[in-house]
Amino acid sequence: MTIKDYFFELTSWLPLELSLTLWTTVKIMAICVPLMLSVAYLTFAERKIIGYIQARVGPNRVGPRGWLQPIADALKLLCKEIVIPTGANKLLFLTAPILALAPSLAAWAVIPFDSTLVLSDINAGLLYVLALTSLGVYGIIVAGWASNSKYAFLGSMRSAAQIVSYEIAMGFALVGVLIAAGSLNLGAIIRAQDSELGMFGWFWAPLFPVFIIYFISGVAETNRAPFDVSEGESEIVAGFHVEYAGMAFALFFLAEYANMILVSALTAVLFLGGWLSPVEWIPDGIHWLLIKISFFLFLFLWFRATFPRYRYDQIMRLGWKIFLPITIVWIVVISAMVVWKVPPWFANSAI
Amino acid sequence: MSKIFEYLKGLTLWELLKGLRLTSSYLFSRKVTVQYPEEKTPQSSRFRGLHALRRYPNGEERCIACKLCEAVCPALAISIESEQREDGTRRTTKYEIDLTKCIFCGFCEESCPVDSIVETRHFEYHGEKRGDLLMTKDDLLAVGDRMEAQIARDRQQESDYR
Repeated sequence: MTIKDYFFELTSWLPLELSLTLWTTVKIMAICVPLMLSVAYLTFAERKIIGYIQARVGPNRVGPRGWLQPIADALKLLCKEIVIPTGANKLLFLTAPILALAPSLAAWAVIPFDSTLVLSDINAGLLYVLALTSLGVYGIIVAGWASNSKYAFLGSMRSAAQIVSYEIAMGFALVGVLIAAGSLNLGAIIRAQDSELGMFGWFWAPLFPVFIIYFISGVAETNRAPFDVSEGESEIVAGFHVEYAGMAFALFFLAEYANMILVSALTAVLFLGGWLSPVEWIPDGIHWLLIKISFFLFLFLWFRATFPRYRYDQIMRLGWKIFLPITIVWIVVISAMVVWKVPPWFANSAI
Repeated sequence: MSKIFEYLKGLTLWELLKGLRLTSSYLFSRKVTVQYPEEKTPQSSRFRGLHALRRYPNGEERCIACKLCEAVCPALAISIESEQREDGTRRTTKYEIDLTKCIFCGFCEESCPVDSIVETRHFEYHGEKRGDLLMTKDDLLAVGDRMEAQIARDRQQESDYR
């Protein structure tokens, strides 16, 4: 008996509609709770890894070897007062953190964790993800505008321009994946990467430049170093969330890290074959997806510890004059490869 | 030609990869953190911490109220009042150092002709309310009494250079 049958037997005294809603809620919790936990421990991993790269040890006082540090941080933020600046638009000021966090959680609905394990196996999964990741910028813009502060406003302006620019490169990168896979369904995209070539059949190989560009755009999209001009603590204090305190600030923090995990998961799904195993002696499964996500998350932290912040005009130059042309060229290349059935990847493609 | 080469080299992210290699080598390097309350960095015998007033071995205070320290103090943290005792010696009636003003430059110690005002190695002190960091003569003498062994050892070690 599966967990699902067991659940419906437990709730058989309820109307079917209600138990179905409850079942969906349970599934959402099954994604969100581990996600929130991993966000908490991602902040810990970040402080540890960046500490190690800077030849120090990072937090190690709260609990054994510092393992309770994220819990302490969360408690501290929960207890703090939410300060609303005078002249701020109160409704928008408080809506903005939610607007930032909600899309990064909602996008997980279509991420396939396993060949069967996915909350919602919809056909337009890729479009849904693209739409939701673009929606996250509204939280930042609204936060910057509603704060009634010039630093916050500058931060949100920068963030808006940057995300719009990189969204295009990202979108074109996804078109490449779409052409190669012939489907918008994320599960189908992973299945299209499953070939006798093993890990060299995954889309990172035929789409290599696009893969690099997608990940770098993802870093820019999440406003992480070296593209963190919207925060830019050395220039505009803390950018868009300079006026936020307590739980409202914590939500922005959660959103940023949840977005990092989301971008890592998407890169793993689209280019590194999601749950597929690169070696024969270990079977496919969710563990491979988690390993791949961890790898990309480590890259995020490694980048932050290595690269200085981009200058604003350099960010624009990179997005518009380098990423965009390369992705467009590679769309043509990948289309040609699919149409002419170029081996080894597309020898038996459907078109 | 070289410009094209540079452009293509930029596309390979070569320099970024070099940077990443450098930081990754530090990931596994020895960590230099000192776990403070349990571990401490070595201190020089010239360390300038909390002030103290010293006494002679017979228990008489060294300070002769010459007020050189008060004059030299760049932060105006020292204030002294003096009187003449019955035996004709001049001694302080008030000797106060405001630690919130003090910049720990050590000039008072250097100016003192009788090695009375000194700065000890003790730096882990705090005040809990306003006025706690205003050291009176009694406070300073108490610090001196408590740390005399250490103070004397440090002066001895540095005597060749003074």
